[in-house]
Amino acid sequence: MKIDRRRALAAGGAILSTLALPPFARAQGKPIRIGSTLPLTGPLASLAIIHKVTAEICVENLNKRGGLLGRPVEWVLRDDQSRPELTRTLYEQLITSDNVDLIQSPYATASILAAMGVAQRYNKVLLHTSFGIPKLAKYDMQFQTAGSPFDPENVWPNHIFDAAAKLPKPPKTIAIVTSKFPSVHAISVGAREVLKKRGLTEVLHLEYEFGNRDYGAIASRVKEANPDFLWGGTNGIDPVLMLEAMSKIDYRPPAQVHLFPAPGPMLKMPAAQGSLALTTFESHPPFTDDPAIAQFVKTYAERAGQAGIPYTAVDLQSAIMYAAWQVLEAAVTSTRSLDDKTLGAWLKKNEVKVLFGTLRWNGPQNYVEGADLYKVKQLQQGRWVVVHPTQWAAPGAKIT
Amino acid sequence: MPSATLLGQSVLSGVFIGALYGLLGLGLSLSWGMLRQVNLAHFALAFLGAYVTFQLAAVAKVDPFVTLAITAPAFFALGMALHWFFLRFSVTLLNTLLVTFGITSIIEAGIQWYWTADFHRMENAYAAVRWKLGPLFLSLTDVVTLGFALALAVGTWAVLRFTDLGKAIRATTEDAPIAAAFGVNEKLLGYLVSGLAAAVAAVAGLCLALNHTLAPVQIYAWMGVVFAAVMMGGLGRPIGPLVAGIVIGVSEAITMAVTNPTWAPLVSFSLLIAILLLRPARFS
Repeated sequence: MKIDRRRALAAGGAILSTLALPPFARAQGKPIRIGSTLPLTGPLASLAIIHKVTAEICVENLNKRGGLLGRPVEWVLRDDQSRPELTRTLYEQLITSDNVDLIQSPYATASILAAMGVAQRYNKVLLHTSFGIPKLAKYDMQFQTAGSPFDPENVWPNHIFDAAAKLPKPPKTIAIVTSKFPSVHAISVGAREVLKKRGLTEVLHLEYEFGNRDYGAIASRVKEANPDFLWGGTNGIDPVLMLEAMSKIDYRPPAQVHLFPAPGPMLKMPAAQGSLALTTFESHPPFTDDPAIAQFVKTYAERAGQAGIPYTAVDLQSAIMYAAWQVLEAAVTSTRSLDDKTLGAWLKKNEVKVLFGTLRWNGPQNYVEGADLYKVKQLQQGRWVVVHPTQWAAPGAKIT
Repeated sequence: MPSATLLGQSVLSGVFIGALYGLLGLGLSLSWGMLRQVNLAHFALAFLGAYVTFQLAAVAKVDPFVTLAITAPAFFALGMALHWFFLRFSVTLLNTLLVTFGITSIIEAGIQWYWTADFHRMENAYAAVRWKLGPLFLSLTDVVTLGFALALAVGTWAVLRFTDLGKAIRATTEDAPIAAAFGVNEKLLGYLVSGLAAAVAAVAGLCLALNHTLAPVQIYAWMGVVFAAVMMGGLGRPIGPLVAGIVIGVSEAITMAVTNPTWAPLVSFSLLIAILLLRPARFS
């Protein structure tokens, strides 16, 4: 075969680029297979795509750094269709048929609970990102990576009322309007107790079914109750629909929180400006002071755009998935093991620094009681920024 | 005790959401009552219409109302194609339920593939227009929905009641062989009704895009209540689903105004069961 100049240069370039890689960056051998499901279709699909893009970046970065234990990492992903019963079957398949080495988190409370049962049966460590009712997590080798407390129904309302107390006009009267979606409902029930202890007055308490289509009457009742502060026990698109209904009757609450809103659709709504919400991470300093995290934020924005995700900033959803892979990497690297019992024992005794703080699992049911890594963010001029606690606030940001 | 303003605003809200139930139910009622097709894909078509409206308005900057000049004829053709499919494969009444459920899943997957599963909201100047009527507020997009629902329901009723075309359609529904003996072209009328039902889905899509934030999975959220409105209103009766939709909407809204809103979803099905018990002949 004749070797021309172009081929010789290409071959030389390939060899040089291989040599230029640091030795630790060359993963070799049989891949470590990590299996999980996500609701790529069904009602939770809009959030699953965020987790998928994040996990793909994590695996890619992991392999660029040399994989785990010098071996490449392969992520085996299945679509659980937002159905917990299918999640259970798929985790069973991942463990028994696909023979994955480790498992990673599905999304949302019901699916995590389903996967937890399978993990328990096969003694697998289960890291999970989004389990809303910690008291139901009875399995000894489950570990949350969301930074949530053992008692969110107590801790999160206090975060929110602490933040609300810093408003220019601190609220005295509260209207609680909550979906019956299990996690936000439980937190809202807790909020009723917390507000009493703080000397606040509840002027309205409404519950509605998740998936409600018409918020007209609810908006009118809030308007009539005229609270200082609207507690929206809401998630997903509900707050947008509720605020649209309020706008139609020319009403806007003086101040409001919506626990876990879909961040994108809220951005452009004038009625949503000033709204508070819970988060663990937002794409601004001090979170992005770490160059690796800043790079992740940049890469995520590119990939999310390519995947057609309208809101391309890293926030709560993306951060909890990123943290799950950080924890997995830390546990495997520190123990130099893929044995679930070894990993579980290590996690119980150690802590892992993730992108939104330091995770620990040394309290009841591997949680921490009374403390967490959640923050309060506020929608200010079309941008979500953390405003409470102060050490995590965006530079110059104050609650308004 | 709720104030008169709260009750009045809730009733208005119920009327407007009921109009949307009626608009979605109109096409379903026509295809079910006149073509003997239980077309679950009607909901998917309405959402497809909403997404196409969103695309044309948000990306191509076409006025949302002008998009109807594109979507309505396109959906008319789509409806005729669907009818051709049912005829070609001789799909029976029960099987239309299964086949159209499959078509719904395909359309949902297509929407998710192109627009993703994330939420989309059509920004438009009309959303900010509202009027004050004493202590009550009316929004333009709600009034437009009610206007479309009334115009299409009454218009369809008038066509069926007073024109030769309408009489031919009703005759075909009653007894197709006898109607054919009098020179009525059953096939052609079938295509027409199916096309019209799909075009109505395009109009419902415009109203959905004007009033709601879109996500593919919401296709299923409307099925139960709209089915209840269609069954209460009567199959093949254009005004029935609108009246039933408004009754359901207002009942739900008043329930939300005076009790815990969590009771509201029970209203539509309780009403349906009550009518089934009191007037069973309506469904025979």
